[in-house]
Order: sequence, then structure tokens, then C-alpha cells
Amino acid sequence: MNPRLLRGLLPPLSLAALLIAIFWLQPRTMSYFGLNLLLNLAVPIALAAIAQMFILCVNELDLSIGGFVSLVACITATWLHDTPLLGIAALAGLIAAYAALGALIHLRNLPSIVVTLGMSFVWLGLAVLVLPTPGGKAPEYIRALMTLKPPFIPFPIIAAVVIAIVVHIVLMRSAYGAVLRGAGGNPRSLERAGWSILKIKMTMFALAGFFGVLSGMALVGLTTSADANIALRYTLLSIAGVILGGGEFVGGRVSPIGAVIGAVTLALAGSFLSFLRLNPDWQIGAQGAILIIVLALRVLISRSEVRS
Amino acid sequence: MSGTSPIVVLDGVEKSFGAVRALTGVTLELRRGECLGLVGHNGAGKSTLMNVLSGNLSPDAGRITVDGADITGRLTPQNAVAHGVRCVYQELSLCPNLTVAENARISHPSIAGVGWRRAARELISGMLDQIFPGHGISTDHLVGDLSIARRQMVEIARAFAVTRAEAKVVILDEPTSSLDGVAAKKLLAYVRRYVDAGGTCVLISHLLGEIFDTSDRIAVMRDGGVVALDRAKAFDRNSLVAAMGSVAERAPGQARGGAAIRETASIVVQARPRIPETLSLAAHKGEVVGLAGLSGQGQTELLVQVFDHAAGAQVSGEVALVAGDRQTDGIFPLWSIAENISIGSLRRFLKGPFLDHVAARAFAEEWRKRIGIRTPDVGQPILSLSGGNQQKALFARALGSPAEIIVMDDPMRGVDVGTKQEVYGMIRDEAAKGRTFLWYTTEMDELTNCDHVYVFREGGIVADLPRAEMTEERVLHASFRADA
Amino acid sequence: MTALLRKPWLWAWLGALAVWLATATFTHGRGSAEVLSAALTFGAFFVIVALGQMFVITLGPGNVDLSIPACMTLAGTVAMKTMDGAASMIPLGLVLALAIGAGVGVINYALIRLLRIPPIIATLSSSFIFQSAAIWWNRGLRVKPPEALADFTTAKLAGVPVIAIAVVLMAVAGHVLLTRTIYGRGVVAIGQNMRAAHLAGVRVERIRAATYIMCATLAGLCGYLLSAFSGGAALNMGEEYLLSSIAVVVIGGTSVAGGFANVPGLWGAALFMFLLVTMLNTFGAGAGVRLVLTGLIIIGVIVAASGGKRGT
Repeated sequence: MNPRLLRGLLPPLSLAALLIAIFWLQPRTMSYFGLNLLLNLAVPIALAAIAQMFILCVNELDLSIGGFVSLVACITATWLHDTPLLGIAALAGLIAAYAALGALIHLRNLPSIVVTLGMSFVWLGLAVLVLPTPGGKAPEYIRALMTLKPPFIPFPIIAAVVIAIVVHIVLMRSAYGAVLRGAGGNPRSLERAGWSILKIKMTMFALAGFFGVLSGMALVGLTTSADANIALRYTLLSIAGVILGGGEFVGGRVSPIGAVIGAVTLALAGSFLSFLRLNPDWQIGAQGAILIIVLALRVLISRSEVRS
Repeated sequence: MSGTSPIVVLDGVEKSFGAVRALTGVTLELRRGECLGLVGHNGAGKSTLMNVLSGNLSPDAGRITVDGADITGRLTPQNAVAHGVRCVYQELSLCPNLTVAENARISHPSIAGVGWRRAARELISGMLDQIFPGHGISTDHLVGDLSIARRQMVEIARAFAVTRAEAKVVILDEPTSSLDGVAAKKLLAYVRRYVDAGGTCVLISHLLGEIFDTSDRIAVMRDGGVVALDRAKAFDRNSLVAAMGSVAERAPGQARGGAAIRETASIVVQARPRIPETLSLAAHKGEVVGLAGLSGQGQTELLVQVFDHAAGAQVSGEVALVAGDRQTDGIFPLWSIAENISIGSLRRFLKGPFLDHVAARAFAEEWRKRIGIRTPDVGQPILSLSGGNQQKALFARALGSPAEIIVMDDPMRGVDVGTKQEVYGMIRDEAAKGRTFLWYTTEMDELTNCDHVYVFREGGIVADLPRAEMTEERVLHASFRADA
Repeated sequence: MTALLRKPWLWAWLGALAVWLATATFTHGRGSAEVLSAALTFGAFFVIVALGQMFVITLGPGNVDLSIPACMTLAGTVAMKTMDGAASMIPLGLVLALAIGAGVGVINYALIRLLRIPPIIATLSSSFIFQSAAIWWNRGLRVKPPEALADFTTAKLAGVPVIAIAVVLMAVAGHVLLTRTIYGRGVVAIGQNMRAAHLAGVRVERIRAATYIMCATLAGLCGYLLSAFSGGAALNMGEEYLLSSIAVVVIGGTSVAGGFANVPGLWGAALFMFLLVTMLNTFGAGAGVRLVLTGLIIIGVIVAASGGKRGT
């Protein structure tokens, strides 16, 4: 079998294997409500993974996305609920802040790891300021959207597919999307052709901010209230999701569809373990193990690629 | 049928990198409807000239006119493209993570909007069909998945493709180096058709046969200037090689009879490049072995192979390396001169488990004097030195180390003449004391310091010349593929 | 004087001093000694992990150990549970904590090497597993440390916390390791240019392995001491050490891009970080403001240290 094809199939195959295992262990999940329950929390994780993917695509890394999503969740549950205009302005400002971060990292040639690490303090601090104690209330329309019960197909599946397709069209199929990805592959060549890397980085960071905002809103829609630490784990989950989905750390090789699949796989891994009656303590560990296994499989596949 | 009206005029273009004068006042015109062949040995200034023309380097002096417009001060890569000057670089400039069609879109911004994908596909596949019929490249393939040859084809097709931006002048820098013979012929045939239709092409190549077959005129560069320029028919292979090489005979080097060493001393290095058809290299104790040929023909790889004691190399003894590419392989930019020198022989300064900094400093100071590094204080940062003196520090690092075998990766780049002579003497002395040198050099003069010379071409060794049989002509002829 | 001004650790120390003075002025000197003593104790914990992180970061771009918190938690929980409050088990607990740290380091390096992935991702994914192992081992219990050990972590000698003295000695050892050994020279060389280091004869892979193992071992030690200090291992006890370890290294004047490190700055930065929080507390600032300021200071230091190079 063609190694590259195999590589591309790795994420969906891992997801399918996991789903089959879950269905086999717990046939009741194979229903509308079962799937709804199983996949609900995958939606915000998928959105966060997409945000991280935009950053990875231009060879940077965002260690602050978890704090950012938490902050968005806090703002959504308070300002957006109480004073919508202020809330919208704040969220738009956050997206602008992300674009500015991209510009800062590019212009001063800073290591994105440390800058975003610092930003994770800032986002978390702001979240604490906005919402000092857990609480708040999700705006009704978000709550309504996230608990939508469309006929036949559960909402999380529709949402995941829509997210994957929309981002795929924007990044993988549009004319400007090719330029954006090219900046991760060979920035020098893009500069020679007259494109501004600064503008590209700002665009990518702004897109990441936008999807981070969506992620926080979706999360609050599910949990109905927020707290400042609500999404701290998303930093790690989002990176893991992109990598599981076949994305690479450098070179602009990412896949939106893969990232969504990766995020769903990670979200399911927890449920799988609980159905296995394995100790829930191992939930996070399982996510790490899955990541390592997939990376190891990838190394094996690329080795056979080299050989053939 | 060569055209007459000039499209690009270079007038007295100069460019220096530090003390090295890469271009010494080049005056040259490119005409409509002609292919200009550009030849010259390594470091003659060909690539610098083309980088100036394509806007990647700005000249220190001189004027550049394109289509009658003086664009000297405003020449950027984008601006050059806007004036119809395209360049196919030696190192590929495609995005490996994008498809062939997407790469076409990157350099043709006018392809946009709905249906851009189809437009890009048609543009690039149309061009590929024209230049390389039967190329077998799908426009939806990722460039990273293509072979080097196919990537080169895409790169070339992209440069010739015309959208809103015209392709008036196309510069091809060693375009056939990674193409097979059939594809190379197709390309050269296309270049003729393109030129006959009124286009202008600059062809840089080490393959003299294709220069003769394709060019209307040939310009020969040496030491940063154009030394010969005439109709292609006015040259033959020998006169071209003669024009490229140094005309004046220089004083013969001081190499001792290599044969004598070979008979008595034991072999300390035996290495074979990692390609199927090649000679292998042997170095005897106390010998200075030269690795010749054009740059990038596998010499560095062999040296690293020896340094690493890797498969394919039998090495008896410790090896130290003198890097030629100082920035990427040699210096530690944050360290002082002393630290840069002593890193090669740290064990010598151990007192118990700890390093004796005083001893290390004294050692560096001693080498500063011996090798004549021009600095008041070895505690100064390495970057305070000129390129040549940085290189001396690298020599001191290797010569000061306990290694018996020293490999040198074209170490004299950017070093002034006086320094060179000092270092040559030092190498001879050390060799006489029993050290063995493997010396990759692209400078013909330096080979006269070697007892034995191996010529590299396309990753392998193609000639094995004892000092007595080594002449500049033989090295040059072995360096170029006999395809004329 | 100019030589002093060029010392990379100077700014961290000046910052620490300024923050301490500001606090002392605000409180009219009341409690300043206590604040200093607490700063020395908490600073010591920061310095232990930052020492390892400093060597890792100095290896060059992309090198950072994200598994420190998980490693601390794992070593702390296992050691506390094994000792189960028995004084006779203190040495065994220490050995166990160090061994767990070393094991974590070996696994991290193996992942980096075998999977050929950036250290960030390798240590990130392994940390998931270590964290789970710690949760599983701990089972929500908080085992008290042996009294003697707890006393050691809070003991004072002439008013100075013993643990701070010990960690100062450790820092001196780290300084010697960095500047006076072949290993230390190798780390700094690799950080400046890995290829050049290899070609100059530095044993690159051996040194990288040793560095990751040392970093994790120090994290294990810190987990052991911290859980003894705080009356038992808590699952989230390592949390703040992830960001802090990196922040302390960077504020202390070590280059994030690698190839340049210094130990005295670690202590300065650790004291600065702690005293900053104390100062904000005294001024009545909430947790939110503290976090925001910490983050902005880290970024400010990075921007100031970068000097605006837009290299190739």
C-alpha cells in the first residue's frame, strides 16, 4: 500500500477503530442520544484544534490557547450575556490582540513558545478578573444552538463536519489559502514572489483568535456557566489534535479535516476508557499514549516510505 | 539568428562581500531574441551577477537598465518580476507543502478568484506540456512528493509561464544539473524556441556541450569580471576552458614528491563516496591529499564521512575538521576567540574533572601568535575578527587539537592572499611532522600544495592524479562531463 | 563598573531588590525579614527546576522540557506514599524520587530520539502519561511526609532557611558544571550551532541525553522537597512550575534561543518572581492582576532581550 495514502488514512482509521471499540463495549452509545452525549465536548476541542492548526501552519506554536479559550468562556458567560455590545467588542478586541501577537512575534523574531507562554498568564489573569468565581450564564442563543436536536444526525456530528468543511475551503481550496500555507513551506519563496510574510502571519494569528473565540463560546454553550480554569487543558489537547490529524510541526503541512478528526478522537479516548472500566485516572494518560502511538506509527510509515 | 536590440543593460556593476570583490565592474547587455551562455569557474561571479539582476542583491556601484528604464536603485525580486525578469534559482524555490498548481498561483498573483485552481492548473500544465512533453506530472501532486528532477521541471515551467506578468528575460542557473539527459534536451530545445520567438535567456551551466548547442553568444567570467564575450561559434571547447582557467602560469607549489610518501608511509584513511560508480580515496600518513572538482560534487560529504568514521570510510586515528562555511559549520558566534579555539581540545585542559580556563587561555594565546590572528586579545568576541582571521581561529582549533588527521572543507573562502601563504606553510610543516590532511579546495592554485589529488564529479571520484601528473587542464577536463 | 553592567544576571537581581524595597516601603518595613525568608524558601524550589530547565533551553531552539510539573507530581506522590510518614524511609524516598526523575528523563530523550519529534511535543505527550500515573498512584490521598523531612524543609540556620542554603550550594555546583566542565561547554556549543558543535568534536547526542535526564531528575528532587514542605503531594502542585521554570530561566538572562546561560540570574529571577507576587498582594492586587502582570513582564523581558533582530 502506498505509504503516503496510509499516512493520510491514519487519522480516520484511528477514529474509526476507537468508535467501533466503543460501540462494541457499549452498544447503547450507537444511538442518537448516545452519540450526542459522546461527542458533545468534541466540538469546542475541535474548534481549539483548528485555532492551533492556523498557528502551526506558519511554523509557530501557541501555548496560550487554553487560557484564551477560558477567557472567552468567561466573557461569554458574563459580558456577552449581560451587555452584548460590550461582549462583542471585547471578543473582537481579543481577535485583534491575536493578530498583534503574530505581528510582534514576526517583527521581533521572537520565539513563539515563550511569548505565548507569557500570554497564557495574561489570558488567565484577565479571565480571573472578568469572572473571579465560577459562575455566569451562557447567552440563550448559544445555549440553544449547542443543544440543538436536528433530526436523524446528532448536532455534534453536523457541527464537526461543518467546521471541517468550512476551514478546508478557506485554507485548502481558496487562492489566498494557498499563499497562507505556502508561508509555512517556504517563506523565502513567498517573499520573492512579493507576498508579505507579516500580513500572512497576522492573518493566521487572527484566524486562530477567531476560532479560539468560537471554541470558548461553544464550550460555555455546553456547560452553561464558566470559570477561569475551564479550558486550560485545551492547550495540550489542541496541539495533540492537530498532530493526531496528520499535521506536522514545521513546513506548513496541516489538514483541517484531520485536525477535527484528531480532536474528536481525543475527546472519545476518555469515554472509551470509562467504558473499558479502566480507571478514569488514566484518561489524560491515554491521550498522551495515543499521541505517542500515532507518532510512532508515523515514523514507521515514513521509514517504509524511504525504503520504497 | 541572434537579435540586436538590448533589453537589459548592465553597466559597470560592482559588488563586494567584505574584502572579497565578487563583481569588479561588469558591463554586459542582453539582447532580445538571444540566449547568452554564461560560464566560469567556481567563485567567478556568475551567481552573484544573476542575483543582482534578479533583485536579490543590490549592487554597490553601476547601473542596470531594463527595457530602457533605469531601475538600479529599485531592484527587488518583486520589481524584477514586474519588469519581466524571471529567475530559476539553483536552490529550488517551490513550497514543498503545496501542489504544483498552488505553487504556480504563488508566483502569479493575478490567478485568483473563483476558478483560480483550474486557471493555475491549465497555466502550469500547459507550460509543462510545451517544455517537457510527456512529463507525467499531475498538477495536483504535492511538490514535496515529486522527485528532484520533476521539481526542477515545475520550477522551470513556472518561470516561463505568462499571465498578466510577462516573461521577457529568463535566467536559468544550472537548470539541467538535476535533469536527466532527455529532459535536459527538451528544455534546451524549448529555450531555442523561446528565444527564436523573441525572448531573452541567460543560461548558466558547467556543461559546455549544452552551452555551445544552445547559446548565441557566450560570456566567460573570471574573478568577478567578464573576460571574454563573443559569438558562440567563435569559441571551441579548448579556448573556452582556457579562457575560464588562469592564463598565467603560477609558481609551482611546494609539495614534496607525493610518490615517495605513498611508497613508505602507511595508509591512514581509505574512503569511498556513497555512489555506485566511483574511485576510492586513500591517504597515507604525512600526506596532503587534495579533493578537487567543481563545488558541491560530494567533497564535503566525503569529508564528513571521514570525520564521523562512518560506513565506507576506514580511518585510523582521531579526526579534526576545518570548516569552510564558517557561519553554519564553524564558529560559535557568542563565544570569544579563545573559547572558539579551545573547544577543539578541551581534554587537554582538564584538571581533575574541571577545565582550567587559565591554561585554555594560554593555549589560545600561543596559537594566536603562531598563526598570526590579528587581535589584541583572544578574549575578544570571535565576531570582532574579519572573515580571514575567523578562519585562522578555525585552523588553530583543528591544528591545536590532538587529531592526527585533519580534514579541511574548502577552508580558504574569503581569506586574503597573505594569510593563505602563511597557512599553506603551516600545513606543509604539520604534514612533515606526520599529520595527514584531506583538503577540499575549489581553487586551482591550492592543489599545487597537495601530494595527491582526487577530482570529484556528481558525487563520485572521477580522477586520481599524483602530484607529478596533476595539471590545471587535467583537473578542469575531469571536472566537466565529457559530453561536448 | 561597565563590566558589572554587562552581567546578564544584573537585571533580575535589580528587579528583585526594587520590588522588595517597594514592598518594604509600603509596609514601612514591617515583616520585610519574613518576606525575604519566604522568598528564599519558595525561590529555592523555583531554582531547583529552573536549573535543569536552563540546561535544556541552552541546548537551542525548540528544546524545552514541558514534563516538569508531571514529573514533580509523580516523584512527590510516589515518594510520600512509599515513606508513609516513616522517618527511616527518608533516604529511600529520596532515592525513589530521583530515580523516577531520571526515568522520566530517559523516556523523554528516547521519544525525542526515536520518534524524531521536537522536544516540546515529546515532553508534552509523555507528561500526559506521567500525570495520569501520579493521579492513579495517589488516589486522592494526601499522605503526610515524615516529620523529620518536613522539619528539614522549614528549618532555619541563623535565620536563613536551610533549604535555601542547600539550593545556593546546588546553584554553585550548577555554575561550575556549566562553566568548568566539558559537558557544560558542550551544552553551550550545541545551543549556538549544533552542526558546528558536532564538527568541532562535541558529543552532541550524549550531551543532549544527559541534559534531559538531569532536568527531569532535578524536577523529581523538587517534587520530593516541595511535597515535604507543603505537607504532602498534591496533584496540582507542579502546575505553576511549568511556566515559572521557563520564566525564571529567561528573566535570569539566559538566552531563549540557546547557546548562552548563566546561573546567578536564576536566583535573582526566582526571588523577583516571588517578591513581585508578594508586592502585588501587599498592594491589594487580586490574583488576576498578578497573573496579567507576570505574563506581561515575561513578554517584556523577551522583547527587550531580543534586540529586534529579524534574522534569516
